[in-house]
Amino acid sequence: MLAFSWSGLILSSVIQFGDLKPIALNEGETPMPIARVGVAQQGKEIYIDQGCLYCHSQQVRRKGYGADWERGWGDRQTVPRDYILQDRVLLGTSRTGPDLMTIGQRQPSADWHHLHLYNPQITSPGSIMPPFRYLYKTQKIGDAPSPNALTIPDTFPEEQPPEGYEIVPTERADQLVEYLLSLKLDYELPESRFAQ
Amino acid sequence: MSPLLSFFSNIDPQRETQVSPKVALSEVDQQMRVPAIMFTTFAICWLLVGTFFAIVASFKMHSPNFLADWEFLTFGRARSAHLNAMAYGWSNNAIFGVGLWVMARLCKAQIRFSGLLIIAGIFWNVAVVIGIFGILTGGLTSIEWLEMPKQVAPLLAFSYILIGMWGILMFRYRERGHVYVSQWYILGALFWFPWLYVVAQTMILFEPARGTIQALTNWWFAHNVLGLWMTPMGLATIYYLMPKVLGRPIYSYYLSLLGFWSLALFYNWAGVHHLIGGPIPAWLISCGIVASVMMVIPVVVTAINHHMTAVGNARAVWCSPTLRFIVFGAMSYTLASFFGSWMALRDVSLVTHFTQFTVGHAHHGVYAFFAMTMFGGIYFMMPRLLAREWPSATLIKVHFWFSGLGIGMMIVGLQLGGWIQGLNLNNPDIPFVSSDPETMTVIKALVPWLFSRSVAGMLLTIGHFAFFVNFAWMLIGPRAVRYKEGPTLLGNTEGKGA
Ligand code: HEC
Repeated sequence: MLAFSWSGLILSSVIQFGDLKPIALNEGETPMPIARVGVAQQGKEIYIDQGCLYCHSQQVRRKGYGADWERGWGDRQTVPRDYILQDRVLLGTSRTGPDLMTIGQRQPSADWHHLHLYNPQITSPGSIMPPFRYLYKTQKIGDAPSPNALTIPDTFPEEQPPEGYEIVPTERADQLVEYLLSLKLDYELPESRFAQ
Repeated sequence: MSPLLSFFSNIDPQRETQVSPKVALSEVDQQMRVPAIMFTTFAICWLLVGTFFAIVASFKMHSPNFLADWEFLTFGRARSAHLNAMAYGWSNNAIFGVGLWVMARLCKAQIRFSGLLIIAGIFWNVAVVIGIFGILTGGLTSIEWLEMPKQVAPLLAFSYILIGMWGILMFRYRERGHVYVSQWYILGALFWFPWLYVVAQTMILFEPARGTIQALTNWWFAHNVLGLWMTPMGLATIYYLMPKVLGRPIYSYYLSLLGFWSLALFYNWAGVHHLIGGPIPAWLISCGIVASVMMVIPVVVTAINHHMTAVGNARAVWCSPTLRFIVFGAMSYTLASFFGSWMALRDVSLVTHFTQFTVGHAHHGVYAFFAMTMFGGIYFMMPRLLAREWPSATLIKVHFWFSGLGIGMMIVGLQLGGWIQGLNLNNPDIPFVSSDPETMTVIKALVPWLFSRSVAGMLLTIGHFAFFVNFAWMLIGPRAVRYKEGPTLLGNTEGKGA
């Protein structure tokens, strides 16, 4: 019985779209999607082990079904081909927070992401996203302030580092933000064009 | 004789058995004693561990600064530790305890080498401990229902096979006679679970399938763990205990079979409804929706059967600790399943998908149906294994009321709140958060409901503690003679009662 549903659901989809390949829209263009590599890929591991998936999805539904399009979460719906090069697919089933399929396009500022991760209340008052302060370290300012130190607005006195100290991202925070910035849906596929 | 015919004559309840059933049963209880008590003890310990993580996660959701600087308890990890402690710790141990015991009693087989069963059980629990430790320390996989790091999967699978084998062997060497519907459910589940687990682990973690096939496999697995592992075990327990305690046969054996086969046929296709609207071919999703709707058949059939068995015995149900819990579970099964079928419809899913509604529904099935049924099973089983009675009827009542009200409040809160959340999500004019305190936001509308879940969670915690204390007291308290005085009831069967 189970073998039956397994073949019906899973085997048949392996056959149907198991060998989808990246494809170029026009002759001569780079076939899309392309695999994520390097720091962004390391950041994905952080995204996974922190469990961001339990509040954030990564899928855009078609225009007209839900408000994904109106909320600006993507110019087109995502289709199976968009995910074929991902070693771990993070579709997600919860939207306590917004969808993140295109966050790299919506919010391209690394500084914003660092502030938001350090304490979501700074950028998004009233958020229930947990602060990931432990991905940052407070260190004594050396000869000159680090270029990547967080600039926390004066409206958050309790988050300011002590005099002579600064707050900088750890390697993990940098990787995670790199991953977030890499989340984009800025290419078209024959089966899913923009505004669809 | 064709297999089908022999099958039907096998389940004929009129057949005589040779041995006096009472004698054989107490022998079975004797043999199952140590393993069943061990599994139950593990189960209840996990229940408390899972409750702890549940409370932490629930608080964190409305008060994100709560324990925020402890990385190992960050929301994603705490909720996953909760889920896995409850699913692999509490539920599976309860199944191994109660389910195998029911199977042993119905098969009346000689149980040999129970030492091996105990060792396998210890390995299982060690694996779950390692797995949860892994989740908390950075091994979280972010695959729903399979959060434990993949390194523990072989150990889990291996110890499961040793444990599950026992049930299958019991059935193989069962005393001749009719095969009761509970045996069908348990046997089916014992075969289904390892298949699901091994396939899902392989296709997602060890040899990841391409793209969204992972998501399909994920939901095929996660939904089937509920439907083809916990559900049949819960139903088997209900089918065994309800007639047993009431002292009357199940209303219709043929209905119960119809229920079994239609469950086996439809349920396993249904999980895909978790991906409605997602990047999956539409026809697959339609299959999932159709199967989810067809689930109405087994549910109605089972509901009629249970109802007709219990009807007219309200007094007995109320006074027996076992039946109170079991009937609560059976009623929740019906209700939760109807909700499930309804939620799979595209228009409904449009609102409920991605929201707390789904979380509420999950607790409806796993707690209000499954856990309550297992509580009932444990209340029935323990006195027979220990030849002692439950020390305190008050604690049982506390357990029942706090669990019953707590879960009721949780489901109502999450489903109302989730519905509102879903409507808000579909309205692009409502932002998630806003710096203007006057603006209505998705989060603002959701938070009060998240609070209500925390309150409900505290009620459940109290219930679980009452259960734990009663259990520990029974297990290690001074040997009570209460057994001879008759069972612990929750009211006077003749008089007015509680
Ligand atoms: C408890 C649920 C929860 C968890 C866990 C969570 N988030 Fe969020 N997230 C939210 C909520 C709610 C919002 C919307 C309010 C805000 O901007 O903070 C949000 C917003 C965001 C945004 C901004 C989206 C936008 O469209 O402006 C990003 C980026 C983000 N989260 C990333 C993450 C990352 C990365 C993680 C894991 C390290 C994570 N989130 C974990 C709930 C969560």
